Parts: sequence; C-alpha cells; structure tokens
Amino acid sequence: MVITDAIGPSWDLVADYQILTYYHFMQNAYLAGTVVAIIAGIVGYFMVLRGQSFAGHSLANVGFAGATGATLVGASPIIGLFLAGILAALGIQALGLGTRQTRQNDIAVGAIFTASLAFGYLFLHLAKSAYGSGIYAVLFGNPLGIGDADVRLILWAGFAVVLLAIVSARPLLFASLDPDVAAARGVPVRALGLGYLVVLALVVALAVQVIGVLLIFALLVTPAAIANALTTRPLVAIALAVGLGILFTWLGLAVGFFWPYPVGFFITTFAFAAYVVVRGGRWLWPRWQRFLAAPPAEGAR
Amino acid sequence: MAHGQGRAGTGDDASPQPIIRVRDAAVRLGTRAIWQDVTLDVAAGEFIAILGPNGAGKSTLLKAILGLLPLSAGGISVLGQPTRRGNPAIGYVPQRRSFDAEVRVRGRDIVRLGLDGDRWGVPLPFIRTATERAAAARVARVIDMVGAAAYADRPIGELSGGEQQRLLIAQALVTEPRILALDEPLDSLDLANQGSVAGVIRAIARETEAAVLLVAHDVNPILPALDRVVYVARGQVTVGAPAEVITTATLSRLYGTTVEVLHASDGRIVVVGQPEGEEVSYHGHH
Repeated sequence: MVITDAIGPSWDLVADYQILTYYHFMQNAYLAGTVVAIIAGIVGYFMVLRGQSFAGHSLANVGFAGATGATLVGASPIIGLFLAGILAALGIQALGLGTRQTRQNDIAVGAIFTASLAFGYLFLHLAKSAYGSGIYAVLFGNPLGIGDADVRLILWAGFAVVLLAIVSARPLLFASLDPDVAAARGVPVRALGLGYLVVLALVVALAVQVIGVLLIFALLVTPAAIANALTTRPLVAIALAVGLGILFTWLGLAVGFFWPYPVGFFITTFAFAAYVVVRGGRWLWPRWQRFLAAPPAEGAR
Repeated sequence: MAHGQGRAGTGDDASPQPIIRVRDAAVRLGTRAIWQDVTLDVAAGEFIAILGPNGAGKSTLLKAILGLLPLSAGGISVLGQPTRRGNPAIGYVPQRRSFDAEVRVRGRDIVRLGLDGDRWGVPLPFIRTATERAAAARVARVIDMVGAAAYADRPIGELSGGEQQRLLIAQALVTEPRILALDEPLDSLDLANQGSVAGVIRAIARETEAAVLLVAHDVNPILPALDRVVYVARGQVTVGAPAEVITTATLSRLYGTTVEVLHASDGRIVVVGQPEGEEVSYHGHH
C-alpha cells in the first residue's frame, strides 16, 4: 500500500477504508470514538428523558476546571474531569437541581457553571508554560491524538457503563418517567438519580477526549434528541441514538482525516444537520398530510 | 346502595379478616402532628372515599397505608403483613402529575412499567418469550379495561389529562392489586372527564373486587359506588357511611366551628361554612 503525501479520498471506498485504518492514531480514534458514541447515546437518551441536558452541560463545564486543574498538578485531564464531574453531580443532587428545569434552577446552574469556567481559566493561566495548546484539546477534543493508555481506559470504562446501563435501564426508565409511582413500587429513585449523574460525569470525562467540553452536546444530546423525535419505544430510541452517534463520529473522523479541518467541527455539523432535517420533517409531515387530505379548492368544482 | 360495616375500627364485626388494618395510627411531619388516633378496617372490595379540606392530611393517610411514610404511633397492616413500600398488592395513582408534552414514550410502555419497571436487568430485546407474551397480554387487558386502547400507542405527552389519567389507572391495575389507592384522580379533570374516569373506577372496583381508597375533593362522581367515607380534618379522622359523616353535627365537631350541611330540594347535599372558605357540594341520593 502506498500513501501519497497529498492524502485525499479516492472515492474508492475500499481503498479509502484501508487508508483510514492504516495509521495507528486513526485506529485509536475510531476505537475511542465508537465507544464514546455508544455510551454517550445511552446516557444521552436518559438525559433527554429526564430533562437534564442543562445539568449535563454544566458537568462538562465544571469538568473544564477539573481538567485544567489536573494538568496544573501533573495529573491526567481525564482524572480531573471525572473528579470535578462527581463533585458537580453531588452538588446538583444536594441542591436538588437534577429535576426538570425551573427558572430558578437554570439560574443556579448557570451561576455555578460560570464560576467553574472562571476557575478553569485561572488554572490555565497558572499552568500556561506547561500547558498551552492542550486547552484546545479540552475545549474541542482531540480525537486524532488519543494515546494507547487513554484508549484502554475508554474501552474499560465504556464496558462498565454499558453493563451498568443493562442492569439498571428499566428501573431508571421508571424513575425518570414516573418518580412517585416508582418510589412507591420500591425503586430507589434518589439513589438512581445520583448514580445516573455520576455515570454521566464519567461519560463526559471520556467523551471530552473525542469531542471536547464545548462540543459535547453533539454526541450526548443531539443523537438522543433525534432518536426521541423518531420513535416512542425506549429500547429502539436508545439503539437509534447509539447508531446515530457512531455514524456522526465515523463520518466526522473520515472527513477530518482527508481534509485539513478539525474532526469536532464535522461531527457536530453532521449531528446538527441531521437534527435540523428531523425536526423540520416532523414539523412538515403533519402539514403535508393535511395538505394532501384537504378537499380540492372550491373553484375546482 | 351498598353500605359499609358501620362504625370504624371496632373490629368486632364478624366479617373476614380486613384487607387493611389501621390501629391508633399517627403521623408527624417535623413537629406538626398531621393526624392521630386513626383506626380503620377496610374489607376486601370496599369502596372508600377520603375527604377533607386541603392540607388536612388526606394524601398523608394514603401514603402511610402504602408504607411511604413512617408512623409516629400505632400500626398499619396490609393483607396481614406490616405495610411496606413496593407492595405489588397495592396499585397506586399519586396526586395529579401530567407528563410534559415532549415526553415521547408510548402509553403502553408507561403501563408496562407498572408491571415490571422495578426489576433490574433488561429482557432480551426483540425476542418474544412466553413470559413476554403473557406480560404484553396483561398490559393489553388493563388498557382495554380503562378504555384506552385507541390511544395507548401514542406518546403519553400528547394525550389529554383524562387520557393520561386512564393510562395511569391502567398502570396501577396491571399487577392485579387487591387494593387501589387513588390520590385525587378526578380533581384536575374537566367535568366530562371526571364523570367518565369515575365510571371507569367504579367499573374496575366491581370487576376486580379490589378495595378502593380514593382521595377526593368532590365526592359527587363516585358517590353511587361509595361504601364509606373517611373524613380528615383538624388532625382527626371520622369514618362512617356517607349519610352518617356528612352531617351538620359531625362536620361541625370535626371543624370545631359551625358547619352546615344543607339538603337541597333536588337531593344535593351542600356543605357551607368550611373554615378555608370553599364550598364543597356533595350530591345526595337520599
């Protein structure tokens, strides 16, 4: 196999696939991206169902402070992201911000998330000499630069998240949709809520490697929102969210590999485009049906 | 017209073992006593309304029977066992919740959660085992029972309040409970829906022979089915047949102020002078 200097897609799919998976960093990117898309799709569905997307966003932003703080003391950003995320999850639970958003909750979460961004900024300033361009990796992800150790971590953690999801999906669904009845039936609603936020913090910490804290919604919320608009069956919706996340990630990695533009931009744009198409379609569909069903205009008689 | 076993809590009637037995129960929230000295026996198949002004502790009584609240005194047993959270013998419809319009989960799935939503693990997807078929049939049966088959496969958030309420009653029924605990199932519905949902509840009570405990603000729609009322006011509870409890003497004693029960010429009973200033009308059939 020959790799030319000017890499571009040959539009021969087999050859393109061989080139895409030829480099070790691309293998890592595809592996990590796929696992992240799977777990983000699963927890994202519940996030949409629970109306907690803003809480997820704030976990990511608090994670920014965690990541920069961890680099300051020479630790891995993933560890910092996860620890900060757990702290934020405990805070969200303790302050009761995890329920459906009210205006007061929005303000509280917004205040916390701005404060944590300020801390991240401070840590970044303090660590400037050692950490410079790493900031971009935290903000926007760096899927083409994921090392073997991080890939192993993502694989194991992803495996654990999927197992946890399989075990607790049904009670979590019950507790998310109908907390009062679930509690009366003996489902540990509060514990599940906290556990969910902790798992969410873990998923955010892993996903940031691929997509960054600012773009994380593209894998966490957008696929789940699209799936939610397309089906009313929870299991199908989760499968669809996972599938869409994988599709956006694979496409984004491929396009970002062949063209000199960042992967995160493409993943986010594909996700957003699909979202716009689905929402637009859902808006148009009933109107189109009504248009077809409408009797012909009076003058046509 | 059905009648209850008369006085509550004497426990001396010869009827078989009561399905719910409340003995000298009291509940405190913080330092405030909600109610005390509550004694009540509920027989299988009885239809009981829990009435009283707002904030008197009607829902608290239901939650105590469900085992969701600790008692500060006394005891409650259900089917001979101390009450406990998560008892599938009790179907529960909590106080009015409506699903957000954007909740896009089928009503059928919401009902199904009532059957096995508390179990860990996930059944193998897309494989129709015998148990899976039996569960689906059971869900379909209770959906038919409440007359919700026409819209059970639509997203619950898009349904009307009355349609959601029927599906939530189906969810409570799906474990084939011996007791149905319904917390104000009618009060946020418009009049037409109040009547039809009340009809559904009455039909279910007859068909399943489940004991029904129904918290209500307006007893009209269910009065024809009612065996007894439990009236909660000012920390006290009075139990008896509707005609015994909804009287000037009893309610005045309960409220500690003069409350008048008026019998209109059309048979309606109207309660006036309740301290919170709202007038509740009870439709009498006597």
